Parts: sequence; C-alpha cells; structure tokens
Amino acid sequence: MSQVNRLTNGGRIDRSKPLRFIFDGKPYQGYHGDTLASALLANGVVLVGRSFKYHRPRGLLSAGAEEPNALIQLGQGNRSEPNLRATQIELYDGLIAESQNRFPSLTTDFGAVNSLFHRVFPSGFYYKTFMWPKSFWLKYEHFIRRMAGLGKCPTEPDPDRYDKLYTHADALIVGAGPAGIAAALAAGRAGARVILVDEQQEMGGSLLSDRQATIDGKPAAHWVADALAELRAMPDVTLLPRTVAFGYYDHNMVSLMERVTDHLSPTSPEALKQPRQRLWRVRAKDVILATGAIERPMVYLDNDRPNCMLASAAQTYVNRYGSAPGKRAVVLTNNDTAYQVALDLVDAGVSVAAIVDVRENPEGELVASARSRGIEILANHAVTHVKGKLAVNGVEVRRLASDGKGVTSDGRGISCDMVLSSAGWQPTVHLFSQSRGKVKWNPDILAFVPDKPLPGQNNQSVGAARGRFSLADCLVDGHAAGAASAHAAGFTHSAGNTPVAGAEPALGAMREMWVVPSTKPLGHEGKHFIDYQNDVTAADVALAHREGYRSVEHLKRYTTMGMATDQGKTSNVNALALMADLRGVSVPEVGTTTFRPPYTPVTIGAFSGIDKGDFLDPIRKTPLHSWHEQHGAPFETVGQWHRAWYYPKPGESMHDAVNREVKAVRTSVGIVDASTLGKIDIQGPDAAWFLNMVYTNAWSKLEPGKCRYGLMLGEDGMVMDDGVTSRLAENHFHMTTTTGGAARVMAWLEDWLQCEWPDKKVYLTSVTEQWAVIGISGPMASKLLAEVAPALPLDDKSFPHLSFTDGVVAGVKCHVYRITFTGEATYELNMPPSYAMHVWRALMQAGEKYGITPYGTEAMHVLRAEKGFIIVGQETDGTTTPQDLGMDWIVSKQKPDFLGKRSLQRSDTKRPDRKHLVGLLTEDPNEVLPEGAQIVADLKDKPPMEMIGHVTSSYYSPNCGRSIAMAVVKNGRNRMGDTLYMPYEGKVVKAKVTEPKFYDPEGARING
Amino acid sequence: MLLIPCPYCGKRDEHEFTYAREGHIARPTNGAELSDADWAQYLFMRKNPKGVHYERWMHAKGCRRYFNVARDTVTHEIYAVYEMGQPKPEIDRGNGR
Repeated sequence: MSQVNRLTNGGRIDRSKPLRFIFDGKPYQGYHGDTLASALLANGVVLVGRSFKYHRPRGLLSAGAEEPNALIQLGQGNRSEPNLRATQIELYDGLIAESQNRFPSLTTDFGAVNSLFHRVFPSGFYYKTFMWPKSFWLKYEHFIRRMAGLGKCPTEPDPDRYDKLYTHADALIVGAGPAGIAAALAAGRAGARVILVDEQQEMGGSLLSDRQATIDGKPAAHWVADALAELRAMPDVTLLPRTVAFGYYDHNMVSLMERVTDHLSPTSPEALKQPRQRLWRVRAKDVILATGAIERPMVYLDNDRPNCMLASAAQTYVNRYGSAPGKRAVVLTNNDTAYQVALDLVDAGVSVAAIVDVRENPEGELVASARSRGIEILANHAVTHVKGKLAVNGVEVRRLASDGKGVTSDGRGISCDMVLSSAGWQPTVHLFSQSRGKVKWNPDILAFVPDKPLPGQNNQSVGAARGRFSLADCLVDGHAAGAASAHAAGFTHSAGNTPVAGAEPALGAMREMWVVPSTKPLGHEGKHFIDYQNDVTAADVALAHREGYRSVEHLKRYTTMGMATDQGKTSNVNALALMADLRGVSVPEVGTTTFRPPYTPVTIGAFSGIDKGDFLDPIRKTPLHSWHEQHGAPFETVGQWHRAWYYPKPGESMHDAVNREVKAVRTSVGIVDASTLGKIDIQGPDAAWFLNMVYTNAWSKLEPGKCRYGLMLGEDGMVMDDGVTSRLAENHFHMTTTTGGAARVMAWLEDWLQCEWPDKKVYLTSVTEQWAVIGISGPMASKLLAEVAPALPLDDKSFPHLSFTDGVVAGVKCHVYRITFTGEATYELNMPPSYAMHVWRALMQAGEKYGITPYGTEAMHVLRAEKGFIIVGQETDGTTTPQDLGMDWIVSKQKPDFLGKRSLQRSDTKRPDRKHLVGLLTEDPNEVLPEGAQIVADLKDKPPMEMIGHVTSSYYSPNCGRSIAMAVVKNGRNRMGDTLYMPYEGKVVKAKVTEPKFYDPEGARING
Repeated sequence: MLLIPCPYCGKRDEHEFTYAREGHIARPTNGAELSDADWAQYLFMRKNPKGVHYERWMHAKGCRRYFNVARDTVTHEIYAVYEMGQPKPEIDRGNGR
C-alpha cells in the first residue's frame, strides 16, 4: 500500500530510508524518523484502536506521550509488550504491531454492542450493578474483564537485558524544547554538571514542529542543531534523548527510563549487544522542569470519531513527519493557537475547510492571517455533529446561542476528513506535582500552573511548563533558570547570552467553554467524550454531579476519569472545569488532581535491571560447599546461605538418606558443616555485664574456657534468638547466633551499645565468615577426634560438656567447643576457612572405620527434635516467651535487669494459659503431621472449630521408630496425655500430648 | 528516596540506612517498679507527629553508627542530624523553613 497521505516534501523523516512494518497483519511502509503513528497516518490508516468500555472505533488524538487512544501491542512472543502508545513507538524495519481491545478485528468488533447498551453502563456501574448481590459479580467478572481488556501480557520470560545506574547532577533539565535547551546552554556554559533529558528520539521539542520560529536570526531547527552541537562538546553535559523522566521523588531524586535499543529491531546485533532499557536515578542539586504543555481537546458531540485530533498533533504530523492525517480539515477552537495550525496545513498543501471558533469576535494577528489566506472563519459557531463512524467524513456546525449553552441556527454540513480541536494548553505539571509542589489556577490561560516547590525539592518550572507559552518567554525563562542553578551550585563562569526569539504573533484572549453544546441536552444524543481512554463523557460528569460525587476525588473514583494508563493527561482539566461549571464554583474549588509516578508506564524489566535470577540476592557458600556438591547434596536455602540438606547415596530417597544419617549419629559418628552459624566476637571490660543484659541467664560467673547456652529476648519479652556463647578469656567472648538471625542480632547488640549504653566498653565484631565450623557428633566422636588431635585431652573431666579449648586438629590450630545440638557428645571444630577442607577430609578419612556419615540440615533438625531442642523462628514466632517454651530454667530470677525482663511480668505474658510448647505423638506412628497443621480439642463435623494451636516441627524419627512432632497449644502443659485432633486434607489425625522430648529425655548421651 | 547526611560519612542515599525508631526514649532503669501501664508507655507508645520528628537512623551499609535525625514528616526536610547522646535541638521552622 502506498503512503497516500505522505507529503512530497518537508518534515524530518528520511525519505531515502524506507522501512517496512506490519499493523494488524497488513504490510505497510514508512520512513526512518517516523513514529508508528505518523507512518500509519501516512498510509491513510486512521482507525487504530477500540475504546475500553464501549469498544468505540478510535483514531489518534495526539502525537505524543498524552495519547489515550492508540494503544498498541508491539512485537511478538516473549518480546511482546502491551499498551504502548503508537505516538511514542519509533518505526524500525520489520516492526510488528497490533491494535488492542478488539475482537475479531478493528472494523468489526462484537464488543461494540456495549455502545448500544450504554444506558446500562453509566458511570459507577460496577458499583451499582455488579457488586450487589456479590455472587452476581463473580459471574459477570470474567466476561467483563475480557470485554474491557487492554493488551495481552506475554507468558514467556523476558529475554532482554536491562540496566540501572545512579548519578548526580548540578542541574537535571527535563525537556529539550526551547526552554530546556536554553537552560542547558546557560548551565553548561557556566561549567555546571548538566543532564538534559527528553522523551523523544530527537531533541528540540515544539521547535521540531515549528515552521515559523527563528532564534538568534536562524530558523529554529538550525538553532537546535547548533545548540545541541555546542552542548555535546561540553565535557560535563550529558544528553539523554529517548529518556522519559517518569518519577520525581524526595530530596530531588528523579528517575529516568532510557530506551536504549527500542528504536532498533529487537534481534539485530546492535540491539542485542546493549541493554534494552536503562533506569537512571539522578540526585540533582536543581531540577529544571522544561516539560512544555499539553493541548486540551474541545469537548464536542462525538468528538471521538477517528481523525478527531488535537490541532497541535496535526501540526506535528504535517510539519515534523510530512504525514497528513487527512486531506481536508475543520478546525474547532477557543483560542488563537489553532489558527497557526490551519496556516501551516495550508502551507503544506492540506486544505482547511473552515475554522469554527467558539469566540464571538476572534481578532488578532493569526486570525487576520487566516482570513487573508482565504480560510473561512465561523466565529461564534460550534461543531454540533461529527459524521462518519470508522472515520470522520463531515461535520455539522451551528451558531452558538448568546450564553454559549446552546445553538440557534440550522445545521450546516461541511465535508472534511479530520476535525482538529484546541481548547487551550495545560502546562505539563506532572513532575512538579510529583515533587509535591502545589499548583494554582491561572484564569488567563485557563490552566493550572506550578506554585511554590516544597522546601528541599529544588526545582524551577520554566517556559510553557509554567504557562509562559511564547518562544521568547521560554528562552528567557530557560536561560535564567540554567544560569541560576549553575550559580547556586557555585559556578561563576558566564552563562552566555540569552537566545533571542524572532517576532511572534500576539495571541488573543480565550473563551472558557468546557462543553460545546449540540442540539440536544447532554447525554440525550451521542457522546461528548472527556476521558477517551476510560470512556468518560461529559454526561457521566453531569451524572456524578447529580448523584453527589462532586469533589475531585469522588468524581475520579465514580467515573474512573483520569484513572487509565494515560492518567488523564488530556482530560483532567476538562472534567474538573465542567464539574466546576455544574457546581457554579471556580475550578480550584473542585480541586486539583495529584499526579503520581510514573509519568508514562515503565517496564518492570527496567526496575529489576540485572537483579534477577542468580543476581537477585547474593548466595553465601561455606568453604566446604564444593565437597557437598561433589557428594550429591541438594542445598537448603537459609537466609542467603546454601546449606547441604542431605547426602543421598545411589538409589536412596530423601527419606532413606535422612533416616540413615540420623541413625548414624546415634550409633556411630556423624559430621556436619555448621560454618553458617552466626558468630560475634565480643570484647571489653564490660563484656560480661553486657551479656547479662542481652541474655536471660547469668554470665558473670562463667569461667574462661566454659560455654553456656543463652536465650535472647526482645524488650517485649519475646524470644528473638538463641545460641551458645563461650568465654575465651576474662573480657573476651565468642557468641554464636542462629544462621538466619546473625545480622539482626548484630544490629540489635550494636543498637543497645551505641544508643543506650554508650559509656560501656564493649566491642563487637562479626566473625561469621572468619571461622569455618565442623561438628562431629555421636558415640564415636571422641575416639575419632583423639586420632586426628592426639594432643587434645578428651576425657570428660579435662574436657567436659560445655567447655572450650585450643587444640591442633589434623595439623590445624582450632578452637574446639564441646557443645551439642544433637544430644550426643559433640565437638565443634572452628578453624580459618581455608583449612576447613583439609580438616574435613582428614576426619572423613580417619572416620571411615567408624562409618563416619556426613549429615545435612534435615538430619540435624530431626536429631534436635528428638531431643526437643527448639529452633527460633520455627517453634517461636515473635509471640513466644521462654515460659511458653517451658524454658523458665534459663530465666534468671536473681539478675536485677535484662532486656525483656520487665515484660515477662506483664499481665498477658505471665498468663498461665498461653500457648505452650508440647510434644505430639500421633495415634498412627507412621503418620507424619504436616508442619503448620491446625490443632483442635473440640472436634466438630465441619468448620468453624476453635483452633488452639499448630504443629511447629514434625518428622519421622528412626531412632524412636515413629513420627514425632512439636506444637504450640493453648494451655498445652495442662493437657498432658490428652488427645487432640488435627483435621486436614479431608481427614482427622489424632495425637496425644506429651513432653516435647522424645529421645534420651535424661540427657545421658551427652557424655558419650 | 531521602538523602541523609550521616554525621560521620556525609550525604548518602536512604537505601544505605536503616530506620531505627523514635529517638530520645530512654530505657527505664527501674522497670521493676513501673506499673504495666507505665511500662507499656515506654514499650509501645510512639509519637506520630505531623511536622518535626526526632528519630534514629543507622548507617547500616556504611559506618554502622546510630545517630539522631530531626525530620519533617510532611516535607521530609531534614532539619538536623546529631550524635547519640546529644539533646534534642530546637527547630525553628519560621522564616520560610
């Protein structure tokens, strides 16, 4: 298909570089420099989408980021991306795009029946119709969601790479139109570190669509090229085209998304060698918001017919892309800027049938120019009807009544294939609003403009972004702001001369008219659309008003106005102003909307960057990790650590392997890698005092060379960690913590020392990774150790349980702790990590004759559960006191104070019927309860039943020859011997309450 | 995302820090003598002011020092940072601050 609406010359596209693309399965051709939108228009394609609620045929409204209609599904397969705006998609060769929200095709859409039933789909209809009765909603939801869908989410993982970076700037300038470029020149010349960003592929902003403007005596486009060349030559200036500043956060941090390769074919070598998109986080001393303004459409009857467009959008398509939206335009306006559009169209050879101006007596230079060029001007007229369904083919115009609320004359038909409207311009205050600056209403331009920035959010809005629309003002504003921010950052060089704009036509006054009347009252014939993307009409706003939803927040939620993916960029002011009209108050009295990030949607990929898969979180491995791998161990994740779970022999299931490991520890000797234990070195004259404060038990009398188990409470009396701490010397302790709790405990201890007891002399060092730990446990452990550590005295007298010594093991100097987590005689050997593999191998070799068995975390858990040893975080959940665990024995009654002590006396914590830790033995010894199973005492046929606790640990114990479980149960210690019930998965398991000790309850085996 | 001036390291991004609760709440040394209500006051009750809030932060991914911050909960403006043990500074929010 030929480019029927491509102009023969003009524009910034490169006609020597044709590009092929496919839209809805049909091949087309465009040029390098086109957007998908401009290329579609050049090919005469005006129908590009269906609306969200009514499935109305829609065309392009705009040429930029504000586009509500032309939402596109771009690309295929795992690279497919929904909801992109055709106006922002740069064309590349081979591009494949599809329209959205239509079935089966754009021209024939079954969903359009919604339009016929619009009376049952008024605003608020979700609430009115489907939320009650609730069961109805469940039936309708599926259907409605499908009918009201946006694009499709790809189901395969995203194959592209993304990147993130942080940077700083003296001045971050958002928007590279005249004001932004002038600001960058001034700040850059003064020597400041400048970042200039623009969302489009080419910098220049409005100047790229301007045929008339001159700056410093040059045509605007030449000035832009020269300015950008000057900026590029400055070493401290960074130019970021294709980069949208989407979020303005606290303390002047602005997030940018750079589309690095989106303009390239995604599988081209050039695209594949770079990240697809890059997220920038810029901390700027000053932010200059040169974000321009967005034109508002007029709200007239059936203003959503394809090719009802913003006047400035048509100007951009014609001037910048050499692509005419149609052959013959009708312009509808309340201000002068649309006249320039009409003049530019005529200059480009596109005919303008009439300018319909709602003002009674439009006067001014541009009006005069249009008149002198022979363009018919219909003053005090309205467009009252748009003809054509899939594309505009004409309008009817009528004279306005004197109050502007109705029309008087008979309709006059004018044939045309596009309607270009302008209701004035709204400064793009989104980022300013995100920075939490307040906006104020400017009645001269009928728009919100930035007021003062929030303290600490240093920003300056310049040019059109603050409602100063003339080119001269933009340049003066931008230059002054750039110079000011460089000066504030301490740069004293000259900012150079202010760029000077050529003569511009003066603009006449606007007429305030938020709804263009038609022959019938609102809502009685056709639709006046305000929010195109969410299908909100003027009649919906009127309905919200009638039903009392009159503040901006109510209006938004009731009608869904401004809540689509475009955040109402073209509709918010029109809706607010109409509501103000209906209420008879001023616009600011209705309220303003607060804009939130992102300005335009951002991919999740950009946020995650490379932080995915293996890079999501660091993996911590012990020095013995490779041995575990070689011996087939699967790994269990504990915090960031990967710990060996069990070591299956060929043909063994997990159950087999764990049973074998657990038995070996009880009958011979097991070996375990315990290097992940948290370890904190504590030194200083007040170290013992400190331990007395952070643990529940007493530490002053612990002799050097001895170890003690400690329980750590939060100030609320709840158990937060446990572990064994050893006194290495009078003022030197070695604390161990749970693997997962190490960092938290360290921060907790530091907190108290720094904030509450800064005068105490205690020094903490994390030594978790400085010591590898190998545990050998079982009746043969001491024999084995004697062989590899011949100098070590191992008899119970010289090296009893809960003591510590230095020793040489397999030639390596070790700290040897005699402590146990299995209930068997256990030696924990601590050594520098680089020696761990040597010691492990020596033990494995010497232990072969005893059948030494490496065991993993699963066997470790079974072994400790057999003994009833708790795991903090498994038996406890932050609401568990020592008494709840039956560990009153470890809570000192003598110590005057320790963290958590007072809270143990609170009425609730000392309640006797709290949930207690108990053991559970199932009636069927082979039934292993699931951890987390809920427990009931009073069993009923079906829920609800009172749940009195849950299973915290549950295993099959080969040493007990049956299943064992621990649980927390309300008033559990007073239920010993009772039978309780665990209903789950359609059955009920019975279990008897016991002490939480299943094996060697007297602890005789500790001494080997 | 705040920019927090650590008194020891200088201005750093918020993600290097951990919020460490309201400041200037001394731990009672006579806990045993306090009523449940008074103890609960220390343990649970925290201010949630609109305006200046005196709070602790810790430079977790830096010097690991705790320090005090006087921050405006509305604007996030940081009026002062000061070391542990220093008294609350008077914050003058007049004159456009």
